[in-house]
Amino acid sequence: MTIQFNDETFRDDYSFSNSQRAKDRFPFPFHEDSYMYSINMEQHQGGPADSIYEKRFDVDEHYIAEMRDRALVLADDPLRCQSLPHMTLAGWDLLELIMISKSEDYPELFELHRDGSKWHWINKPMGIEDHFVFMDETTLPYGPMEYITRQTQGDFCVLDQREDNLWMDAGMVTTQADWSLDFDIGMNFFEWHAPVPLAHEKGIFKRALKFLLSIQQGAPARRLNWTMTVNPLLDTSPENYHKWGVQKNSLTPENLGSKQHLRVELQTFFRLPRSNGLVFPIRCYLMSFQDIMSKPKWGRRLHRVVRDLPEELATYKGFIDKRPMMLDFLAQYDDGLPTSFGVWPDDHSEPSLQK
Amino acid sequence: MTAPAPNSTAPKSIGAEKIKVIVSAIVPLNNLVTRFEFKRIDGYQFPTFSGGAHTVVEMQDGDLKRSNPYSLMSDPAETETYAISVRRDDQGRGGSLFLHQKVQVGATMTLSSPVNLFSLDLRARKHLFVAGGIGITPFMAQIKQLDAVHGNWELHYSCRSPELGSYVDELCAKHAHSVNIYYDDKKQSIDLENLLDGQPIGTHLYVCGPKGMIDWVRRSAASAGWPDAHVHHEEFLAPQPGKPFAVRLAKSGLSVEVGEHESLLEAIERLGVEPPYLCRGGACGQCETDVLESEGIFIHRDHWLEDDEKSSGIKIMPCVSRFDGKILVLDR
Repeated sequence: MTIQFNDETFRDDYSFSNSQRAKDRFPFPFHEDSYMYSINMEQHQGGPADSIYEKRFDVDEHYIAEMRDRALVLADDPLRCQSLPHMTLAGWDLLELIMISKSEDYPELFELHRDGSKWHWINKPMGIEDHFVFMDETTLPYGPMEYITRQTQGDFCVLDQREDNLWMDAGMVTTQADWSLDFDIGMNFFEWHAPVPLAHEKGIFKRALKFLLSIQQGAPARRLNWTMTVNPLLDTSPENYHKWGVQKNSLTPENLGSKQHLRVELQTFFRLPRSNGLVFPIRCYLMSFQDIMSKPKWGRRLHRVVRDLPEELATYKGFIDKRPMMLDFLAQYDDGLPTSFGVWPDDHSEPSLQK
Repeated sequence: MTAPAPNSTAPKSIGAEKIKVIVSAIVPLNNLVTRFEFKRIDGYQFPTFSGGAHTVVEMQDGDLKRSNPYSLMSDPAETETYAISVRRDDQGRGGSLFLHQKVQVGATMTLSSPVNLFSLDLRARKHLFVAGGIGITPFMAQIKQLDAVHGNWELHYSCRSPELGSYVDELCAKHAHSVNIYYDDKKQSIDLENLLDGQPIGTHLYVCGPKGMIDWVRRSAASAGWPDAHVHHEEFLAPQPGKPFAVRLAKSGLSVEVGEHESLLEAIERLGVEPPYLCRGGACGQCETDVLESEGIFIHRDHWLEDDEKSSGIKIMPCVSRFDGKILVLDR
C-alpha cells in the first residue's frame, strides 16, 4: 500500500495525530483485563497483514516526522548516539540487516543494489541516495549504525555478547521512555535493568537473559512493553526531564483524553551475524486515550488495567499521581461487560459501550 | 517461487530453520581429516557468520538420524560455500565415519543456521590462539575474519606429525609471521609459560583442542593471573556409546530404549519430542532436562551442570549424558 507520510511534530505544538489506519493497527499491549510483567516473547516472523508485526522493520505514516525529530534531538545532544570502538562491526551488521529488510519489504520506498562491496542505497521518502563501500566507514557521512538509524524509526540498542551476558555497548536512543544511553553505555543486562521494580524478585531477568543469549541468526523474537506519556512526545529522556516532566502537570479532566497517551514499545531482537552481537530495536507507538476509547474493548480493558496495576508499577511508569484523574476519565468507558481474550480490538464482535 | 535475485540473502521466513545443502566438494587432507564443502539447494546465499560459529549437520544413516556440530571453517564473509573439516573417529558412534565413508559429492544434507558459542572478544587488543589437532577449525574462520580488518592475532598450533598437520601449509604460506607449528613426533611443544608471560595487556586467549590441552591452557592462564573473561575455550563433546537404557517421558507419556550408539537426546527426538538445543555437545545448556524419578547411576559428561546439580540427580543433559539403572523418568 502507499503510505501517506504525516507532516507533524512531537514537540512544541504537538501536531502529531493517528489516522484511522494507524488507530486500527495500534499495538494495544494488554491481552487480558490485568497486567503483570512477563517475558511474553514470541518469534518475530511476520504477522497479520498490515499489522505492525508484518514487516521486520515497520514503516508507517510517522516515518518522516520521527526522523526529523531524531535529527533535532541529535543536534542538541550528540551523546544520544554512541558506539564503543569494538562495536563498529555490529554497526555494519545492523546497516546490512535494515537495508536488506527494508528494500525487500518496501521495494517501492527503498532500494539496495550491491556489487560486491560496492553498495548503492536509495531511500525515496527521505530523498537520500548514497554509494558507499560496505565495511569502509570513510565512505559514509556517519558511522554505519548512526547512518542507518537516522533513517529508521525506533531506538536501537546494539549489544555485545560475552561472558554469558549482554552489554550495552552501542546505541541510537532518542525516543526513550525515561532512560539514558549515555548513563547505561557499557553496562551489562542486569546493571541496566537494576531500576525496574518487582521483576528481579520474580527471576524474570535471569530467564529473559537466557532466552536472549540463545537467539539464533534468522530467528528474531519480539515482545511489547508500555508506559504512559503526557503529550505525544518521543524524547522523554532523563536528560530533558526538566522540559517534559512539568508537562504532566498540564493534565486537566477536560484535556486528559487528548493529552494523555499510551506509549507502547515493540521490542524486537535480532542476532547479528558478523559480530555475534544482538540488536534490540525499541519502536515507540503513541495513541491518545481519546483515540483508544474509539475501540470499545480497549476502553473497557484500559480502565481495568490502570485501576488494578500494583502501586510500584504505576510509580515506576511515572503516572501514580495522575492515576485518579485517569480513572475518572476511563471509568466513563467501562460498562462492566466482559472483554474477549487477546490484544486485537475485535471491532466487529465486541459490543459498543452500554451507557 | 520466482528465481531469487543474484544478491538476495535467505528467504524472508528463514527462521532458525534448517538449510538444505548439496555436498559440492570432498577434499581429503590427510589420513584422518577430510573437508566437506556445501552449497545451498535453493539458490540463495548462505548467511554470513562470525568466526568460531558451528553448524549442526544432520545425517540420515539408515534408520538413525544423527546431528553433529562442526565448526564452520570457511571465510565468514563467503556466502556461496560453507565448509567443515571432520576428523574420522574410529571409536566414536559413527557420525564421522558416516561422513567419511558414506557421503559423496552431490549428496543432499541439512545444516542448521550458524550458532556461535566461541566468539571472538572484539575488544581484544590481540587474539592469541592455541589449537590442538582438529581444534584448528574454528580458528581458520576467525583468522579469515580478523585478516579482513587487519586484526592482531597469533596462532600456536600443535599437531601429532607433519602428515597429520591439517592446513599447516596453507597457514604457513599465508601468515609466516603469525603461525607457530609444533609436532608431537618431533618432541616439540608449546612453551606456554613463556608465551602467556609475554603478552601485551588486553590480549585474549582462545584454546580449542583435546580436553587435556584445554585444561592445561586454562589452568596455566589462571595461575599466571589471567582474568577468566580473557580466556575462552570451546570443547564440544561427542556423545559416547554406552549400555542401552530405558527412559520414560512424563509429559509426553512415551517410553523409549536408548540404543548403544544413540544419545539420549537422539532417542527423545526419535519419539517426535524436540527439546531445544544449540550445540548437542554438553556446552550450551539448552537441552537441560529435569529428572522426575530415578533409580540408578547417572553418567554425566557435560560441561554445563554444576557439580552439585550432577550429584543431586535432578538434572541431566541428554545430548551427551547417559544413565545406568532401572528407572529414569524425565520432565519431557
